[in-house]
Amino acid sequence: MSSVLSSEQTPRPWTADPVLTVEHVQMRFGGLVAVNDLSFEVGRGDITALIGPNGAGKTTVFNCITGFYKPTQGMLLLKHAAGDTFLLERMPDFRISAKAKVARTFQNIRLFSGMTLLENLLVAQHNRLMLASGMTILGVLGMPSYKRAEKESIETAKFWLDKTGLTARADDPAGDLPYGAQRRLEIARAMCTGPELLCLDEPAAGLNPRESAELNTLLLDIRQMGKTSILLIEHDMSVVMEISDHVVVLEYGVKISDGTPSEVRNDPRVIAAYLGVDDEEVEKVEEQLDELTEGATP
Amino acid sequence: MEIFLQQLINGITLGSIYGLIAIGYTMVFGIIGMVNFAHGDVFMVSAFIAMIFFLLFTTVLGVSSVIMALIAVMIIAMVLTGLLNWAIERVAYRPLRGSFRLAPLISAIGMSIVLSNFIQVAQGPRNKPLPPVLSGTITLMERNNFAATISYKQILIWVVTAVLLAGFWYVVQKTPLGRAQRACEQDRKMAALLGVNVDRTISLTFVMGAALAAVAGTLYLTYYGVVNFSDGFTPGVKAFTAAVLGGIGSLPGAVLGGLLIGLIETFWSGYFSIDYKDVAAFSILAIVLIFMPQGLLGRPEVEKV
Amino acid sequence: MATAKTTSGPGGSIAGAARDAILAGVVALGIFGPLVGLKTEQNMQNELVITTRWGLVAIIVGIVIAGRFLLTTTIWPAMTRNKLRDKPPATAGEVAFRARLARWFAPTGLVFLFIYPALMVYFLGFQGSLKWVDNFGIQILIYVMLGWGLNIVVGLAGLLDLGYVAFYAVGAYSYALLATHFGLSFWLLLPMAGILAAMWGIMLGFPVLRLRGDYLAIVTLAFGEIIRLVLINFRELTNGSAGISSIPKITFFGIYSFDVSAPNNFAKVWGLAMSSAYYKIFLYYLILLLALLTAFVTLRLRKLPVGRAWEALREDEIACRSLGINTTNTKLTAFALGAMFGGFAGSFFAARQGFVSPESFTFMESAVIVAIVVLGGMGSMIGVALAAVAMIGGTELLRELDFLKAVFGEGFDPDQFRMLIFGLAMVLVMIWKPRGFVSAREPTVFLTERKSISSSLVKEGHG
Repeated sequence: MSSVLSSEQTPRPWTADPVLTVEHVQMRFGGLVAVNDLSFEVGRGDITALIGPNGAGKTTVFNCITGFYKPTQGMLLLKHAAGDTFLLERMPDFRISAKAKVARTFQNIRLFSGMTLLENLLVAQHNRLMLASGMTILGVLGMPSYKRAEKESIETAKFWLDKTGLTARADDPAGDLPYGAQRRLEIARAMCTGPELLCLDEPAAGLNPRESAELNTLLLDIRQMGKTSILLIEHDMSVVMEISDHVVVLEYGVKISDGTPSEVRNDPRVIAAYLGVDDEEVEKVEEQLDELTEGATP
Repeated sequence: MEIFLQQLINGITLGSIYGLIAIGYTMVFGIIGMVNFAHGDVFMVSAFIAMIFFLLFTTVLGVSSVIMALIAVMIIAMVLTGLLNWAIERVAYRPLRGSFRLAPLISAIGMSIVLSNFIQVAQGPRNKPLPPVLSGTITLMERNNFAATISYKQILIWVVTAVLLAGFWYVVQKTPLGRAQRACEQDRKMAALLGVNVDRTISLTFVMGAALAAVAGTLYLTYYGVVNFSDGFTPGVKAFTAAVLGGIGSLPGAVLGGLLIGLIETFWSGYFSIDYKDVAAFSILAIVLIFMPQGLLGRPEVEKV
Repeated sequence: MATAKTTSGPGGSIAGAARDAILAGVVALGIFGPLVGLKTEQNMQNELVITTRWGLVAIIVGIVIAGRFLLTTTIWPAMTRNKLRDKPPATAGEVAFRARLARWFAPTGLVFLFIYPALMVYFLGFQGSLKWVDNFGIQILIYVMLGWGLNIVVGLAGLLDLGYVAFYAVGAYSYALLATHFGLSFWLLLPMAGILAAMWGIMLGFPVLRLRGDYLAIVTLAFGEIIRLVLINFRELTNGSAGISSIPKITFFGIYSFDVSAPNNFAKVWGLAMSSAYYKIFLYYLILLLALLTAFVTLRLRKLPVGRAWEALREDEIACRSLGINTTNTKLTAFALGAMFGGFAGSFFAARQGFVSPESFTFMESAVIVAIVVLGGMGSMIGVALAAVAMIGGTELLRELDFLKAVFGEGFDPDQFRMLIFGLAMVLVMIWKPRGFVSAREPTVFLTERKSISSSLVKEGHG
């Protein structure tokens, strides 16, 4: 408890205008409770990191947010900058992307490997183009309005290809890209849906240090553009600590810490979760910390 | 009540045959994830082999005991059909293993066309009737001139099916071969790394499936007393339906599915209309799959994101 | 086949190959011995008797042994050597040639298709051209159209539909029933048949399209069978297995009729000699245009969001959903469109035959259409057309094997080997080219350069 108390002493800017509010979410698979009574906020314009040891339930949380699972209990409230609100737990998965504007990437990359990079990015703009093609009918007749819309979509795709450094390979199949580039393309594809919230499932997994640094730049870039907030699952602490504004820590499906990177880094429960310390020892460390803080602040 | 009992007996008999064929579908699907469309025609060929040898034994060699002849015929049919399926797997499916998923399916459809047309060319297009064998019946219940009976043939089919399924179950559950099969089902690459001879295991799976189909073929021939080169398709599709209904990949599921399809068919013909019995079987398949896609005893497919 | 590479691969001894060949011979003897050697026939008393044909068995076994020996000692080693040898990279000339070939193939083929009946009439006269326009031209084009229609479902959207013939049947019976009962014209009923088939597609598709993989295949197969069985048993409407006959012919847009007795008969009006060739040639151009309509719509759709969504669906359904694509609707449009073209083809079929019966709509028919799509290379229009020509034209050509009677004697009927060879060809083509004739995928849009995508990257869908 003390860790939560200590973090409440510092300002928590992400509570002011959260893009996503997760409230008391529980996800149960048969007898297994993968996520229990989880609540946290994702601040608008922030980069929020969701971390925790393997099997902590991070991807399950993502799947609840993006509609691939329906949480057993709880509420997921998404609020657009324009003020529209969506209850994600009540929406089917494709509508969460189409209407609530939540985009995601996958832990084991899911690209359309037999389609070119450009095609991948155009598929991401499906709904807009579908409207422009008059639900296909105008498109089949070859109306110029669709041609114009397609040109715009190609421009959007080009913009994101540039951002991710993939322009030179635009006409190659996605399956031919090296691993790191595939990760970047997946982010570009998600961005082409024009999301309010971008959920990245271990974007730095398998990247070398240079690629990891490029990823940081890309994510900071996206944040700077201001429209998209980012929620990411990550194991690479250098990514988490360098770029995130807010970190939520899960262990065994329960939130054990929530705060700024430096707060979380020093939270004894997080240290215990990552280093595997007994509960008793955690209490001991907490007591010591309490004594220290009491001693420090008269 | 008599009608009910009679349809129950007929349904179980028919279902036993479907179940035996269904095992071949379900095993092959379990181990290499392929729908072996030629399996129904393998069954048909086995019935022809049984017919030829039965004729050879009774008319040419003069074997007088029908039971002895049937047992010998069944064993020969099992061996030769196993050989046939082994050869088919070698020639038509193995070169396609690990390639494009639809290629083995098309190859199997081609093989199904080859088998039925080969039999048509080699043995002629006409029905092949056998003189009736084991024609006695036992009356179980009689009222208002309607008797529920069970024939010796039906008893034979039940007994043979039960014995063979027990033996088969033993092989799959308790022997190294069965263990190798289950290992290949889970992860073929890993099984190979651990020293399982994957090619041989798959070959043996085809042989076992064919042997059971040959049992079904022999029983089918004894039951109906006639066989035709086009007899592979409908029982084949029904047995496949049975395999899917029971949960494809599950052996008890295949038997259960077979019995259910047999019962649905006979009860529908008994109580409603004989015309629509196949429509009933297929509709129930569609309904079960729509509401319970993993079948009755299959493992639910988890959508991994 | 694989064992040959492991046990007696390229450098394997002759003795090993001989042992292998003998083994193959034993297997062949086991299989063909009883089935070919012991022929069962009914005698005058309707009893089965056995006649033996050991000579024939010896020939077959001999062929298997020799073939197997040749394969292991000569053919496979040569193939392996070819594969191992580094292929020199294609020269600029070769690349340009291939590009030219690809560019010119479709237009040339199209021109040929348009002048084909004229060529046939020119060389063989009106009567002589009948067979080539009807049995070959029209028959093949029907399957090209069916292949292209199913290609939308199987090739683009990656949904394996084994009951496609159901929609063909819906189209055929819609025309047959509405034309015979209400005397409506083909030109009104053609779109109606398409719409009816599409509606059936949506009706059947809606519950089943959330099924994955082989389940979808088996449920579509079941629906195909159900429709055929209903056609057989719903005698009041469909006249059962006897079918519906004297279905009216198609008119030349209502201007000319092809009925011999009609006053506006085409030949009479123009003062030509009576011949059924005019009607056949008219039908040829009609089905050609219908097939081209299918091709045109498909090619257009591929470049539209809905077409890209189909292909994306084939590649990865979950990713599609994460991008906001309503996968159910997307699948349904593919299913409905495929069904609609099947319906068009069906009503044409009914009009051409003048007779429909459930016999024409068996599972085998669906299997042949699926085989055409897969053999052609999923998604490739040209590939599908080539596969239809090879499979349907090939089997029609087998009907022309009467000269074999001179070789094997009068009792030999080459026609009965037709389907046997058809099946063998299906197996062999799959082994030879598992991804079909044209397997590379053409991208729908490009930034700087259009590059074909290797088939190894293109997924086949799991539906």
